Amino acid sequence: MNDNLPGNAGPAGARSGGAFERALASGRPVVTCEISTGDGADPEAVRRRGRLVRDHVDAVNVPDNTAGMPHMSGLAAAAILVQEGIEPILHVTCRDRNRLALQGDLLGAAALGVRNILCLTGDHMVHGDHPDAKPVYDIDSMQLIRLARRLTDEGRYMSGREIKPRPDLFVGAVENPFAPPYDFRPIRLQKKQEAGARFIQTQIVFNVERFAAFMTRVRDLGIDRHLPILAGVAPIRSPRAARHMRDNVAGMEVPEELVRRMDQAGPDRARREEEGIRICVEIIGRLRAIPGIAGFHIMPIHWEDAVGEIVRRAGLIPARTAQRRAVDTDRLVPATTAPSSVSKEHRS
Amino acid sequence: MAIHIPSRVVRFFRERPRLTRGLDRTIAPFEAVSKKLVFGCRMCGQCILHETGLTCPMGCPKTLRNGPCGGVRMNGHCEVIPGMTCVWVKAERRSRLLPWSSTLLKIQPALDWSLKGSSSWVNLLAGVHDKGAGR
Repeated sequence: MNDNLPGNAGPAGARSGGAFERALASGRPVVTCEISTGDGADPEAVRRRGRLVRDHVDAVNVPDNTAGMPHMSGLAAAAILVQEGIEPILHVTCRDRNRLALQGDLLGAAALGVRNILCLTGDHMVHGDHPDAKPVYDIDSMQLIRLARRLTDEGRYMSGREIKPRPDLFVGAVENPFAPPYDFRPIRLQKKQEAGARFIQTQIVFNVERFAAFMTRVRDLGIDRHLPILAGVAPIRSPRAARHMRDNVAGMEVPEELVRRMDQAGPDRARREEEGIRICVEIIGRLRAIPGIAGFHIMPIHWEDAVGEIVRRAGLIPARTAQRRAVDTDRLVPATTAPSSVSKEHRS
Repeated sequence: MAIHIPSRVVRFFRERPRLTRGLDRTIAPFEAVSKKLVFGCRMCGQCILHETGLTCPMGCPKTLRNGPCGGVRMNGHCEVIPGMTCVWVKAERRSRLLPWSSTLLKIQPALDWSLKGSSSWVNLLAGVHDKGAGR
């Protein structure tokens, strides 16, 4: 399905590719989710969150000071996940680091076994708890995509100086179909493709109609044929959370219908959480009917427990689960040994 | 639309750095005042107004030169400065009104921050305007 990814023609194509890249090439719906890196110096907290979701997803996104607030370094958290055998997708934003720091971090990430990176502009700190900080924004997300591809494909820094050995990065980007100017969003996606992005994760979809319109334009431009697009989804945990996202988070669109449904669920925790998960699963179901979507990116917003339930109810089967099932089958047939399950994973 | 400066002109200014510097000192204040009044220019020294629907992208709090961020409000305003319309909402609208073809799809190279404050007109003549293009 995605066998003609733009990067495959380059030198990077000769390399093996990580588990996430292989999952995208498999053609089945891929699942990723985001975990919070936390506000503490305990690596065990990161491991715990990683273990909560590891069996339900193909890769785990590790954010970079989300909402313009400091949290544990995404690079450190991603390295901890690698130790756990979990495939991370490291968010790299342009808000806090200039081109020197970014390039250093990209090389450091590759050295620590963090292969997937997601290039973002970065939420402005004005909405965080350090609004008095100096914003960096030395380069933008488009230039960062290009820079990461340059490090990987040409083995050169931005300055032209050589890197040996060059990092093997799988570079992704984001798009938000729910923020104006709406007509420009598919064009910006096309720009990101041209800059060298090899996968896309979108903002949370609550308004499926607008997303469908966006995807129609994306298909017209032929972008989905070369670039796997993972649609962002999230469970709403409470009526208050629904209102907060609708009123206070710029670039997020929460239809009144969803706020009303959350209100109807009431203050009882079990009921409102059940309704939030149900809405999320419904949205995934509706998104699966839209052509051109390669999978789903779940943003549980400090509610990592919900990921497994969403994936199960939505009937999504990530690599790990598929692999485990294959191993179980092998146990039933003693003649087949473990390596066959690995090759099954490659084929599936 | 790309502005093309004949290579003879570029060579002329390259070979005369003192003249170029002098010209920059003379022209920069004039350029700053006139473009500040009309476009809200921030004197990045690498003007791309003609490619962004005559909207200065440096007015964006994130100085984005390749399109809007994901934080544009539903009413088209900036997430950082709520009273301001997003420069890219304006750029997209205005670029459709321009007589020349849209260049919003062009990937703008990273800024050379060392040119900040200098005259982009002189930089254009001296060929340092799009130094970053190969990046």
